[in-house]
Amino acid sequence: MTPIALADYDVVYRRPDALTDVQTHYCPGCTHGLIHRLIGEVIDELGIRENTICVAPVGCAVFAYNYFNVDGCEAPHGRAPAMATGIKRVIPDRVVFTYQGDGDLAAIGTNEIIHAAGRGEDLTVIFVNNANYGMTGGQMAPTTLAGQVTTSSPYGRDVDLVGMPMRVAELISTIPGASYVVRRSVHNVANINKTKAAIKTAFQVQMAGLGLSMVEVLSSCPTNWHMSADGALKWIEDAMIPVYPLGDYRVADAVEPLTKRRRPDRSQNGSLATIPEE
Amino acid sequence: MAKELWKGNEAIAEAALRAGVEAYFGYPITPQTELLEYMAREIPKYPGRVFLQAESELAAVNMVYGAACAGVRVLSSSSSPGISLMTEGLSYIAGTEVPAVLVDIMRGGPGLGNIMPSQGDYFQMTKALGHGDFHPIVLAPSTVQEAVDLTYGAFELAETYRTVVVILADGAIGQMMEPVVMPPARPVMTEQERADWALRGAKDRERRILTSLHLSAEGLERMNQGLQNKLARIQQKELRWQETMTDDADLLLVAFGTAGRVCTSVVSAARRAGLKVGLLRPISLWPFPEQRLVELAERVQQILVVEMNAGQMVLDVKAAVAGRAPVHFYGRMGGVVPLPDEISAQIDKLVSEPAGGTGFKTGSNNGYGQPKAMPAANGVRA
Repeated sequence: MTPIALADYDVVYRRPDALTDVQTHYCPGCTHGLIHRLIGEVIDELGIRENTICVAPVGCAVFAYNYFNVDGCEAPHGRAPAMATGIKRVIPDRVVFTYQGDGDLAAIGTNEIIHAAGRGEDLTVIFVNNANYGMTGGQMAPTTLAGQVTTSSPYGRDVDLVGMPMRVAELISTIPGASYVVRRSVHNVANINKTKAAIKTAFQVQMAGLGLSMVEVLSSCPTNWHMSADGALKWIEDAMIPVYPLGDYRVADAVEPLTKRRRPDRSQNGSLATIPEE
Repeated sequence: MAKELWKGNEAIAEAALRAGVEAYFGYPITPQTELLEYMAREIPKYPGRVFLQAESELAAVNMVYGAACAGVRVLSSSSSPGISLMTEGLSYIAGTEVPAVLVDIMRGGPGLGNIMPSQGDYFQMTKALGHGDFHPIVLAPSTVQEAVDLTYGAFELAETYRTVVVILADGAIGQMMEPVVMPPARPVMTEQERADWALRGAKDRERRILTSLHLSAEGLERMNQGLQNKLARIQQKELRWQETMTDDADLLLVAFGTAGRVCTSVVSAARRAGLKVGLLRPISLWPFPEQRLVELAERVQQILVVEMNAGQMVLDVKAAVAGRAPVHFYGRMGGVVPLPDEISAQIDKLVSEPAGGTGFKTGSNNGYGQPKAMPAANGVRA
């Protein structure tokens, strides 16, 4: 059989340069890997791989620095926005992003994210909300839903005892220094595409020096939710989105032009591209 | 260079600027606040350098961590309660092996304590500046000039060993004004001079990773062994101390920082009274000048450790002396600075009674022979 020359094929899907060629440690069905890929595609499309520094959190994504093909470091639990501030302030022409879970950002790291936003740090924060502490085996997080069973709320989250789930995007959106704050989800293809577009805007906001940008991404945790992979995606849609509505919570006037210039274009690796509108 | 009158906290800040510090992150706390205020005022005059007031010491130390990972000279300062908050980040900095300089202007504790000078952070600084097996280099000045000189050299020391260097002073050193000769200003590091591990963006090279995470037991043990080897090199090469009239001393005072400064006066007074008293003033508290203490302990009849705490360095002294001479302790707490007369009175008591027979804390005489008798205070040697 005559081998077909590679040139005869169009490359429609490949690993982004901004991701390393390794297997991730994430559980089957977890959407962390998918979100990593979206970030990798965005870094490639923006041509910023050699200029980007990743700050990994403590939590499931603690090894994020192994997966992004950029300079990387690992912050103490919750402190990624402070560590990223230290980096960005001394090398302001680089692109610095944090990748944080809900235990990391919404519990132990609330001080750091609020004040990084308050100062209007030119950072991009990818906030992955899967309604529990995944790495430590599924404990209750501030984002855990009312009644949700976790290993530390075995009878379901009792809101009389521990309060209602915390809505982080809404909270951060009240801070003027945070100029782009949105919530997205990766439970289906349409929403994955919207998430990628938001991540791209978030990086562009930083590159334009417009202040802190944060994309909260509703993400699945089939292992700790004790669900199948597709069951977990359905749970995002049915249970999480009603509590955490998707949408744009703050788009500063200066950011507005960055969000309006996007429409789907399948010509490049099946990914979304930014095209100036006529 | 002419001498100028400088306040301790501001002098330390100026020395750091002259050493080419590129970034300062801090949080207000008495009695170090003038250091932060000086940086807030002066750093904007140097284009490209960074001053940022953090929302907490937790955030400040993590900003330091980030800036250190980017390979710049970075400083923070605080006082005792603030240092407690920073220990999380300092452990990460030690584990990641990036250089940083920290100033602790100690105040009275525990808890909120007070804002008076104290040496209550000796244990925390030398033994437990965070979880895990590490020690920072701890340097304790006893004058403003010495604080300036130690700060000026601290950055290179931190970079040489990729470690945390602490300037450990107290409210007295931070607040007092003294004549100082400032060192010359150095330019900041050029891009070419940046360390080959610094995170600056993976342009035309492999990406770099800085982390303190090593999941396998063997991997973490290897990392720790490397760290311990480095600490052993520091223990060999970075010992600093000062001696005053130790050559013929019968009674050796051991004191650091402000207490060491007070003891310098005590030595003069004792010598005027005809008592052969000398002083060993450790400047590097970690590494501790153990070997020198052993040598001196062989020669002196007794040792009196003076500290502004309940007795912290005295444990290191006892460990080093290992019974070669009786070790006594005199301390004041809560921000009280011991006066020369008080210490002289302790010396008088010691020399007039057999060692070990005084009413205050004494070292045991662990079978190294009977303590040598000291002449009575009024029985001065001919």
